[in-house]
Amino acid sequence: MAKKPVTFTLNGRESAAFAEEGQNLLDFLRRSVGDLSPKYGCGQGGCGGCTVLIDGEPHLSCLTLAEAAAGRKVETASGLATGPVLHRLQEAFMERFAAQCGFCTPGMLVSAKALLDRNPRPTREEVIEALSGNLCRCTGYEPIIEAVLDAAGERARA
Amino acid sequence: MALHRGRGFAAINYPIGMNLGGDPSQALVHSNPDGKFTVALSAIDLGQGMKSVTRQIAAETLGVPVEDVYVDTADSDTGPHDMGSFASRGTHRVGNAVMRAAEEARAVMLEAAAEELEVDAADLVTDGKGNIHVKGAPSRSITTMAAAQAAQFRQGRTIAGRGIFLIPLSEVDAETGEMTPVSTFAHAAMIVEVEVDDETGEVSVLDVKSAYEVGRALNPKLVEQQLRGGAWMGMSHAAWETTEPYYPARDHGPVDFNHYLMPGMGDLAPHHISVLERPAADGPFGGKGPGEMCANPVLPAVVNAVYEAVGVRIDDLPVTPEKVLRGLRAQGGAKPKKRL
Ligand code: FES
Ligand code: FES
Repeated sequence: MAKKPVTFTLNGRESAAFAEEGQNLLDFLRRSVGDLSPKYGCGQGGCGGCTVLIDGEPHLSCLTLAEAAAGRKVETASGLATGPVLHRLQEAFMERFAAQCGFCTPGMLVSAKALLDRNPRPTREEVIEALSGNLCRCTGYEPIIEAVLDAAGERARA
Repeated sequence: MALHRGRGFAAINYPIGMNLGGDPSQALVHSNPDGKFTVALSAIDLGQGMKSVTRQIAAETLGVPVEDVYVDTADSDTGPHDMGSFASRGTHRVGNAVMRAAEEARAVMLEAAAEELEVDAADLVTDGKGNIHVKGAPSRSITTMAAAQAAQFRQGRTIAGRGIFLIPLSEVDAETGEMTPVSTFAHAAMIVEVEVDDETGEVSVLDVKSAYEVGRALNPKLVEQQLRGGAWMGMSHAAWETTEPYYPARDHGPVDFNHYLMPGMGDLAPHHISVLERPAADGPFGGKGPGEMCANPVLPAVVNAVYEAVGVRIDDLPVTPEKVLRGLRAQGGAKPKKRL
């Protein structure tokens, strides 16, 4: 099968890898690039576990062709922390016990980051709206909503 | 066409663990030369917090800081035998095994410290901060790290402990049918409020109030979060999740996740939780296990609430719109029952 080189920015760093024809971005990131933070939940656009940001916008990487990332800025949950310093969303998720098995967490974090980047002080309803495409099997969602609101509050204070 | 509100109640007793050929868990605890401890288990943490809770139990029993304990659940090929993480048994069964293993390791740790301090091990206490000292004389003290190193490099002693907790199989008495399948029960009671749309058959859960009795809540925040998540899952089982939603013929049925319904963030009902603590006599520090029973009361409570709201008694889960509509048609429309 023909392979194409895809050059893009992953979490602020120049990256390049070969994409197979028709390969989706999720598979490309996990197998070709080695970033395992986007999760394969359903492969059908139903769970949000594979959410990544492309040029700041949330995308379901399982439904996105790898080649669509060429020349774009891709962000995943593994780029959230700066060295040992966690992103405030990660801190808030920890404080609120918002991860149980943790499988949905990277997708939740990435969707929440996209929200806070464009709307630093969201209401509860806006958080629910922004994360409604991300399913969680464990937490009952409440602590996730609280964590995002907490993280937003911190930003407003800072 | 109208919306009807109803309230439903349910109360449950839930057994901790199971009774299939006996229900054992094992744990091994050993110290490393830096005075920290490793707990080896084959039961795993699948998000319920078993690693955190067994870590707390080990630290508390050993008398060392919780940061000094590492729980390794990596591999059932190499770890000590365990029945596994299910049947709400983790905190109770595994916790008890960890406690016993930690007690044995602690005894050796104190012997090693006693030899260094030239005192009797029975006179030693731990301060939970990484020090071992003579009772009443905090200055006659040695760190757990120094004790571990002395054991390792001078005394040739293994600071380690084995623990097993076994609830043996309870056979059924052929004459009376009597048996004792479990030693510990957790309990819960719940009231839910629902709204039923008699045009679409849709059921929304509006509010949940619960009281869960879980023994001692070893990690209160984890307990609360497990109850919250588990009750959500109960709501999901009550009114959403099924692999056979409504198709009369299987060929038309769902084939993938896109057809498998689960409530999302927009379908949350506020859940007011009270945790009641009645320490279990045979539990580690009184703990039982919130496990599966956090989901259980929601299902009968929702069914009862639907009955109160429109008079339709559903005895086949989940409560799908189709079943509600069929029930309404059969009885000639909504017939709300009198409120509690
Ligand atoms: S894996 Fe992409 S939405 Fe589920
Ligand atoms: S924490 Fe398990 S799926 Fe969300």
